[in-house]
Amino acid sequence: MLTKRIIACLDVRGGRVVKGIQFVDIIDAGDPAELAHRHAALGADEIVLLDITATHEGRGTLLDTVKRTAGELFIPFTVGGGIRSAEDAAAVFDAGADKVSINSSAIARPELIGEIGSSFGAQAVIVAIDARRATSGDAIKDAEVYVSGGRKPTGLKVVEWAVEAEQRGAGEILLTSMDSDGTRAGFDCELTAAVSSAVQIPVIASGGAGNAQHFVDVFKAGKADAALAASIFHFGVTSSHGLKEELAAAGISMRLTS
Amino acid sequence: MIQVIDYKAGNLTSVLKALNYLGAKTHVTQSPDDVRGASKIVLPGVGHFRATQLLHDLQLTEATREAIARGVPFLGICVGLQWLYEGSTEAEATEGLCHFGSKCERFPATYAGAELKSPHVGWNSLEDIREGSRLLKNVAPGSFVYYTHSWRAPLSADTAASTFYGGKFTAAVERGNVMGVQFHPEKSGETGLQILRNFLEL
Repeated sequence: MLTKRIIACLDVRGGRVVKGIQFVDIIDAGDPAELAHRHAALGADEIVLLDITATHEGRGTLLDTVKRTAGELFIPFTVGGGIRSAEDAAAVFDAGADKVSINSSAIARPELIGEIGSSFGAQAVIVAIDARRATSGDAIKDAEVYVSGGRKPTGLKVVEWAVEAEQRGAGEILLTSMDSDGTRAGFDCELTAAVSSAVQIPVIASGGAGNAQHFVDVFKAGKADAALAASIFHFGVTSSHGLKEELAAAGISMRLTS
Repeated sequence: MIQVIDYKAGNLTSVLKALNYLGAKTHVTQSPDDVRGASKIVLPGVGHFRATQLLHDLQLTEATREAIARGVPFLGICVGLQWLYEGSTEAEATEGLCHFGSKCERFPATYAGAELKSPHVGWNSLEDIREGSRLLKNVAPGSFVYYTHSWRAPLSADTAASTFYGGKFTAAVERGNVMGVQFHPEKSGETGLQILRNFLEL
């Protein structure tokens, strides 16, 4: 049976993991390569590395980090942050990534989705969407896409942009709820379900995870295919494997490694 | 030398990385002579079936047939497995190797009355592992492997393992020295490495 995926996310700045993981007892280093391997060993289904600074000067550092992280990692590995062209994407793939995540660059120039997909396949292109519920009109239908870390509205509606991204050749959607992000009060299941129902491609939910029940909710009510976990380790869950055992016990189909 | 065929379908990096990690000496090629002289052949691939047209254009199809006929082990991955069949409805004009009968088809839009998402992306389990399969030696039934695809091969007598998604399809095919996997062993953790190791040890 196809399982739901738990994706471990590493936020990287200048070649070091800067948040989310540093409080974990068993993982005390800030080295992305080392953390990625620990997460893989602990049962994560995929690894996402987001270069949150993504400055031009940092490009060489990012590629070196990607290369070191991909080194002996044999699960799917996604890299995002600062990928603005098909050439940027090609360099990241060459360094060992399996997928790239693009966000504001896809909004600035939607053709980029198809350009990367035509060379590397649709499965290699994740379109990341930062979303906020609408404060007027229909909170879900009129939910808006934001860029610049959730500070700048784009005027695009979330569900419509997800559908367009799919039509342009995205392989997956990574949906982050800016409303839920950092609250630890649970994913935005309603918004996730709206996007998941509108597209055929898998939807990865992100933002708001606080406990195992939140994951159960987003997989069931939210119809998510995968969930991104950056800071679940703050909440008494010691590893992806521990979280996945809890989810499996709650009836969610999970890949349980030995 | 293990010849890894590059037909510009996606990215070879991960496959090479996994093979090299397991100690294999690999060479990336588009040359029929390299394929004829190979000790083993790996055909990776992810993307559109029409990309396999390049294999015909580069005269690699005939070279592959000759190598297979003299017993060289062959492993097709993802679209590389699909190429072993007669073709795919994804690109009707492009013929496959026709080593196995029947065509690859898209997942149905619905299954058992429910909508079926496509592509099939993620970790799914290997079932019905054929006894005596050399490719799947020491792989336990129910082991998880990573998929990302929208077309798949039907079951046949050559199916070495199946996976269930919108019905059962061929997860792995094996007849003598000719093998293919629909999933990505290079991205399937320890299970995937075991399968690649089995191939390298042939």
